[in-house]
Amino acid sequence: MMASLRTPRGLLTVLLLVLFAVLPLLTQAFDQRYLLSIGTRVVIWSIAAVSLNMILGYGGLVSFGHAAFFGIGGYAVGILSASGVASGWVQWPVAIAAAAVWAALIGALSLRTRGVYFLMITLAFAQLVYYVAAGLEVYGGDDGLNIGRSRFPGLINLADKASFYWLCLALLVATLWFCDRFACSRFGFVLRGARSNEQRMTALGFPVFQYRLVAMIISGAFGGLSGALLANEGAYVSPAMMSWVKSGDLIVMVVLGGMGTLLGPLYGAIAFFVLEESLKPLMDLAHKGWGEYWQIVFGPMLVLVALYAKGGIDSLLGRRHG
Amino acid sequence: MVEPLLSTQGLQKRFGGLLATDNVSIEVRPGEIHALIGPNGAGKTTLVGQLTGTLAPDSGTIHFAGRDVTRLPTHARVRLGLARSFQITSVLREFTALDNVALAVQAHQGHSFRFLADARTDERLRAPARQGLETVGLGARADALASALSHGEQRQLEIAMALAGDPRLLLLDEPMAGMGAEESQRMVALLRGLKGRRAMLLIEHDMDAVFALADRITVLVYGRAIASGTPDEIRAHPEVRRAYLGDEAA
Repeated sequence: MMASLRTPRGLLTVLLLVLFAVLPLLTQAFDQRYLLSIGTRVVIWSIAAVSLNMILGYGGLVSFGHAAFFGIGGYAVGILSASGVASGWVQWPVAIAAAAVWAALIGALSLRTRGVYFLMITLAFAQLVYYVAAGLEVYGGDDGLNIGRSRFPGLINLADKASFYWLCLALLVATLWFCDRFACSRFGFVLRGARSNEQRMTALGFPVFQYRLVAMIISGAFGGLSGALLANEGAYVSPAMMSWVKSGDLIVMVVLGGMGTLLGPLYGAIAFFVLEESLKPLMDLAHKGWGEYWQIVFGPMLVLVALYAKGGIDSLLGRRHG
Repeated sequence: MVEPLLSTQGLQKRFGGLLATDNVSIEVRPGEIHALIGPNGAGKTTLVGQLTGTLAPDSGTIHFAGRDVTRLPTHARVRLGLARSFQITSVLREFTALDNVALAVQAHQGHSFRFLADARTDERLRAPARQGLETVGLGARADALASALSHGEQRQLEIAMALAGDPRLLLLDEPMAGMGAEESQRMVALLRGLKGRRAMLLIEHDMDAVFALADRITVLVYGRAIASGTPDEIRAHPEVRRAYLGDEAA
């Protein structure tokens, strides 16, 4: 992925990379710690959005239950932490594996359906996890659970905000790298071909179901990773992190940024957080208390994107080559 | 007698009260072009569905390449060498012509659980795909999006995709459908060029094409195979003339 500085896309990519890389230095220089926390969440949500894009964008499968992977990844870390297992070397692989197993389970069932039925089944399963977590009284039930941060002794201290941010950023870059390779691999071609024309792919001899199932597992694994990161960001897990609203937010990010494009989910996540964080104070400025209703302005913006920029933010940056 | 490549025995398929496939037994021998004709509603598409594995027959068996494939899923039949084109053009519209054929090639190179290597620069896919496009006369259109190809070109692309795995049997579901006279002629020439190298089951309405290409013809009417034989035998068959060809063919 060599970005050319001459195209708007290349310029924006390079600017974003530089901005992302030096964000902790900027927030420190201007003493805006709060911004670093938002930046960290943008990066974590971007990983989740990129992972959702693997099945939604490249696979054409509208999963409405992606927040379950936040939850499963987060609770894996939370429960292990509460049980005295503080090592990230244990917690994170367990978080990723648990999310992958969950993806295999729901995939095996939901991939037998299409379209709106697929959407409803993924939503139903995510709600199932939500209520199970809310019912786990030992782990805080509805109120959630304060946890210690994952420990990587001698390597990194996650309690240090800047270190944690850079770790998240490195993992986002790794996720994007994988997604870039994945999209043009033999596997990616099969997945995208099945989105374009499932019947044709079957007639060519591809067992489409198996490929989609594996795509869901990969997507779920990255989703689980983002959940483990989110748990560490706030040192806290709760059922709220997997409410169906979060699944909707992730879909909004992917669609707003550009489905099936490498950086679209990243643009979408950035736009989502920037709009949320700027609309709230702006509307509060207009009238005290209005900020809570920022989505009244955000909603119509989404409608405009859906109507006039079908490819999302990514399509506004001009045609991709290759 | 030569062992048939594809054969059905007593195939039946019922949709409610309609017997769409009524005790059909047909044979396609290696290397021959066997045409399946019949008026609209004769059950050709239903039969094709059962042969390719998208529909399960109620009774009867299907043998392909010496194996009972009656219960085998579509992709497994493709692996055995049964490739098809669709009645309604079915290509991957958002992909280039070359990508379309490369995917068809890929389908025959084992599993595709490869996640990191770039398939667009993989010569094991690209070289046979380019060759396939040349074979059907689309070499110059390799980088065009499939959606930008003309109808006739898309049909040629489908043939290239069907040929990609070097199949033993090509099942062509109305390859001339919707084509102009000139495009049809080009398709007939293309199929004639492939003749003898691989068996074909040709479902087609265009009688000129059928009689120009077929070694043997089976006539399907109301789900039943009423006649099967060489083009001359079919032309002379009284029941066929009455049911299908009409008196003007006399």
